[in-house]
Amino acid sequence: MREVAIVAFGQSDHVRDSAETSEVEMLMPVLHDVLAQTGLAARDIDFTCSGSSDYLAGRAFSFTMALDGVGAWPPISESHVEMDGAWALYEAWVKILTGEAETALVYAYGKSSPGDLREVLTRQLDPYYVAPLWPDSVALAALQAQALIDAGLTDARALAGIAARSRAAAGSNPHAQLRGEVPAGEVLVAPLRTGDCPPIGDGAAAVVLAAGDTARRLVDRPAWIRGLDHRIEAHSLGVRDLTDSPSTRLAAERAGAFELPHGLDGTGGAPMVDTVELHAPFTSQEVVLRRALKLDAPDSTVCINPSGGALAANPVMAAGLIRLGEAAARIHRGASDRALAHATSGPCLQQNLVAVLEGER
Amino acid sequence: MPEVLTAPLVVEFPFTRSLGPVQSAFLTGLRERTVLGVTASDGRVVVPPTEYDPVTAEEVRELVEVGTGGTVTTWAWNPSPRRGQPLTTPFAWVLVRLDGADTALLHALDAPGPDAVRTGMRVRVRWAAERTGAITDIACFEPDDSAADDGRPAAHSGEFADAVTGITVPARLDYTYSPGRTQSRYLRALTDHRIVGERCPSCRKVYVPPRGACPTCGVATDTQVEVGPRGTVTTFCIVNIKAKNLDIEVPYVYAHIALDGADLALHARIGGIPYDRVRMGLRVEPVWTEGGRFPDHYRPTGEPDADYAGYKELI
Repeated sequence: MREVAIVAFGQSDHVRDSAETSEVEMLMPVLHDVLAQTGLAARDIDFTCSGSSDYLAGRAFSFTMALDGVGAWPPISESHVEMDGAWALYEAWVKILTGEAETALVYAYGKSSPGDLREVLTRQLDPYYVAPLWPDSVALAALQAQALIDAGLTDARALAGIAARSRAAAGSNPHAQLRGEVPAGEVLVAPLRTGDCPPIGDGAAAVVLAAGDTARRLVDRPAWIRGLDHRIEAHSLGVRDLTDSPSTRLAAERAGAFELPHGLDGTGGAPMVDTVELHAPFTSQEVVLRRALKLDAPDSTVCINPSGGALAANPVMAAGLIRLGEAAARIHRGASDRALAHATSGPCLQQNLVAVLEGER
Repeated sequence: MPEVLTAPLVVEFPFTRSLGPVQSAFLTGLRERTVLGVTASDGRVVVPPTEYDPVTAEEVRELVEVGTGGTVTTWAWNPSPRRGQPLTTPFAWVLVRLDGADTALLHALDAPGPDAVRTGMRVRVRWAAERTGAITDIACFEPDDSAADDGRPAAHSGEFADAVTGITVPARLDYTYSPGRTQSRYLRALTDHRIVGERCPSCRKVYVPPRGACPTCGVATDTQVEVGPRGTVTTFCIVNIKAKNLDIEVPYVYAHIALDGADLALHARIGGIPYDRVRMGLRVEPVWTEGGRFPDHYRPTGEPDADYAGYKELI
């Protein structure tokens, strides 16, 4: 099996409203950043894959406009997913594993400011039974939060604690939209308060992937992707146990998250990872993910969302890719040896992707 | 005047969808005040019904009739109803397991306040006065004290007179479109009857309309350059089909026009000349109508045709 690593990560500053810059204007500095980190030019990249959504832009084929920022001449090998960029990374990873490419550029962007994000996200729901009722994204997350409270798995205080920890961690993240002390705020859809919900904002992110010795040549400490898997659950919320995330657990198992580290000093199996980047846009979803990933051991030293996570910046379509990038960046700079990154999509954690990343010692 | 232009953008579409046998039976049933579920491979009754088993993906077709009373499995209080939602006064979103069902249906609960709602409470369907065969035929749920019906649901043929076979669901999303700095400058210059392109610092090409990036080099275009207003037709087509709501007589000519000083042709309609006299190399200039924010069309300048060698790179 070919080894594949994330060798560079870049992101924009995430802001509430970026009306002054178009998508391509927002994206271009991020692309230049990751290329500069690796010393690669656009023509050196074998495969380019992006994630974005027409529903955010309000325009058909909106990703074609952003392609201007890549430099698509001479012609490039390119693909797009109408999903979070984490899934674009998955496609690029497969492309490299199969030997079709040696390097890949993956980028994602989303501007939520032009529309009403809570309404826009209703368009991903079942169009027959659910979407005609226009249940917004916060309402659906609130149903999940109440189910957790009813099951005795969390309470308002614990949720507020997750929000506070995330935004305090974001104090050292210059790209975050919300940092430091953020009040719990008003009830948005009970039991969720403003502080339990992600900020709405615009942003972009990019990573460069490379195989084996190419990765070693490009950077000092590649973040090797040891496993990557994604799983989906039933579309209908009413057939799922909203307090659990079996798709996250299964993806993590398949990605090798629960196995002993590769090439590292064995520690008897715990901790399996030292860093976790969870894509939990709502505080209550972190509770679900921690349970699914078995992160709640009483003596756990795992560092969860040192970037502040999606509660500090949630550029839709890029926030999942950023989790992979943040985890990889910690490995690049030696702050982590083995990290787990997670991305989600759909209402109430319907789809989940898990990657296990490692640095060489 | 702000640097960046913005304008309202409405995306609106009536989504027309056909229904399979199970969805058709369910939605027709709602019109007739009957709630149907489907029996899954493991014997569970799925409401609202799916056509494929959520666990095994096997086709499921065995319909049963479930109750119109049910139990709330989780809820969320919505103090500020939004456009399109089932109720205009504050309400609870609920997942309701109807009597006889093993899964829950998402809908709204009409309750006086959050203190009147709890998981496990009994509710029943409030039917809409006018029903068409849609999920909104359930107006909402309302609190109800009657005990759960513990009986097994009865088999149902799923057959109704005049079955609903499709639904049309209007959808509307409102945006505030902003084209960004570069295109705002272009649009603003147009109102002064000036056409502005931008030069790529790397390949030196001048793009019009500029979008802030050179699509060849992938770098920001940084220098504004006034181009035109005259230009050369590089290629064209004759349009013979009249577009809906377009007040232009056919046939007419649509052309690529290389404005003087630009390295990319833009496209526009050619007027002021019979359609069969338009040719490559024709020299044209923009025509603005009264109050127009962009050229209505381009017309011949009367100059001699441009030399092919002068524009062949721009075709």
